[in-house]
Amino acid sequence: MNRGSFAASAARRLWVPHLSSRAWLVWRRDFDVFRRLFWVNFAVPMLEPILYLLALGFGLGIFVKEIYGVPYSRFIAPALVSVAIMYGAFFECSYASFVRMYYQKTFDAIIATPINLEEVVAGEILWGATRSTINATVVFFVVSLFGLTSPFLLAGILPLAFLGGFLFASLGMISTALVPAIEHFNYPFFLFVTPMFLFSGTFFPIEILPRALQTVSFALFPLAHLVRVTRALMLYRLDLDLLWSLLWMAGVALMAFLLSLYLMQRRLIK
Amino acid sequence: MEPLILAQGLTKRFDSFTAVDGVDFAVYPGEVLGFLGPNGAGKTTTIRMITCTSPLTAGTLQVFGLEVSRHPRQIKAQLGVAPQENNLDPDFTVLQNLTIYGRYFRLPRREIQRRAADLLDFVQLTEKAHESVGKLSGGMKRRLILARSLLNHPRLLILDEPTTGLDPQARRLIWERIRALRQSGITVVITTHYMEEAEQICDRVLIMNQGQIIAQGSPAELIRQHVGGEVLEVIPEDGDEPAILKEIQGRCLYQRLGEKFEIFASDGTAVLERLKSQVRFVSYSIRRPNLEDVFLRLTGRDLHE
Repeated sequence: MNRGSFAASAARRLWVPHLSSRAWLVWRRDFDVFRRLFWVNFAVPMLEPILYLLALGFGLGIFVKEIYGVPYSRFIAPALVSVAIMYGAFFECSYASFVRMYYQKTFDAIIATPINLEEVVAGEILWGATRSTINATVVFFVVSLFGLTSPFLLAGILPLAFLGGFLFASLGMISTALVPAIEHFNYPFFLFVTPMFLFSGTFFPIEILPRALQTVSFALFPLAHLVRVTRALMLYRLDLDLLWSLLWMAGVALMAFLLSLYLMQRRLIK
Repeated sequence: MEPLILAQGLTKRFDSFTAVDGVDFAVYPGEVLGFLGPNGAGKTTTIRMITCTSPLTAGTLQVFGLEVSRHPRQIKAQLGVAPQENNLDPDFTVLQNLTIYGRYFRLPRREIQRRAADLLDFVQLTEKAHESVGKLSGGMKRRLILARSLLNHPRLLILDEPTTGLDPQARRLIWERIRALRQSGITVVITTHYMEEAEQICDRVLIMNQGQIIAQGSPAELIRQHVGGEVLEVIPEDGDEPAILKEIQGRCLYQRLGEKFEIFASDGTAVLERLKSQVRFVSYSIRRPNLEDVFLRLTGRDLHE
């Protein structure tokens, strides 16, 4: 084996991401697209929580007396914020990133400049987290208009939304790195996101589930942790136990982020 | 003169397939160098290694005297790249495509605006500045990609099949712009499978086939070396093929295209005079050889001696 191929295979074994603040230049590009389509991006996420609140909170809520000592609409308000965080980032870094990567060749165009692929992927994930934060703010604003929470709590929601968004964006990016074609996003969406949406203590207390299922939920579903913390915050029931959920989310976010960088590298650098 | 690109034993393998098979070449400042070859010859793979987007399997490759595997950022900062596929950003207008791309190089905002305006003028797209890129014709898209590749004022411009799929007029406009760039002293590497394109704009050509460089030189040199002075094209009358074959076999290099014979000779007129006494012709003509003849000769397709 000569020196060149030895160096190349050593580089493959020891993959180390090269990241710099250039990732924010990629974030800026996505942000500029968002601004161009501001009303589509702003009005639509505003509509969804209103529909959920009307159908579930006030429709179904008639049959539900109280959960955790609060009306049903107040019970699901934190879940609506959490679900907005999840979908905002996961969609952005799955379908939307895939379109940019595969159909528009935007990533190829950017890596011809001093920006490298890791920074492109990191910029996309940072943008996904930002989308979650924007969407969460819109939903939070709507539920506070209905008097279901206090506007001051937004200060706590913002960092939570960014952390949760970063986690779901990284998971979305992992799926983008793995799907052969855009149709295959049905797997992560229907086998992971939808069950997570339903069984994370969103529309009924997670304690209702059998013990084993609760364990599965907290082991597999980041949304279960996010709903737990968001709800505690919005119902003023903070306690130290929540630190575990925050740590779990931060740890999984970091691992998923690094894994997504590695998998994208493997997919695109040939 | 120090070369801008220096490749030694450059190799790229994908699993068991060898796309680039230990090639050596150098690109010198101020020249327009063409990589010529059929699809799958290894041209684009070579380009992707030069632009630091595909790691080498073996060998060494330096751009601006820097190792591509170790200094990709410094290299890419001074490189202009126009890829084969149109990867303009469909979410933005023509002008925004340039301004956003300029940001990737961390150029100051004012400077980007100034350069973008100059470059739109250079590629004759000023009137389209605020159109969405989806509304541009194929030729306009290629010109915008050319403008985008010049935003960072590169020392070296890499054009991967700059005119593939364009109509003759659009193609000529791109050629003319490449010549203008050459005048300004920029070094250009292009890939193409159009022989005419290589003859029109390249100072030097590397002919690639199956991952290897099989010949290099200026178009005129290559033609002189490999096919000689003239090409005699004749169509013999029915039944006279054996007569013509008897005359040329073993003496001249020739190829058959249907009923037509193309005979390569230093003096086509002399060969024609000799043949005329033995063979009846439907038609005959003498033309100057071109790179296509060189290429067909070197890749050995349908050529006989």
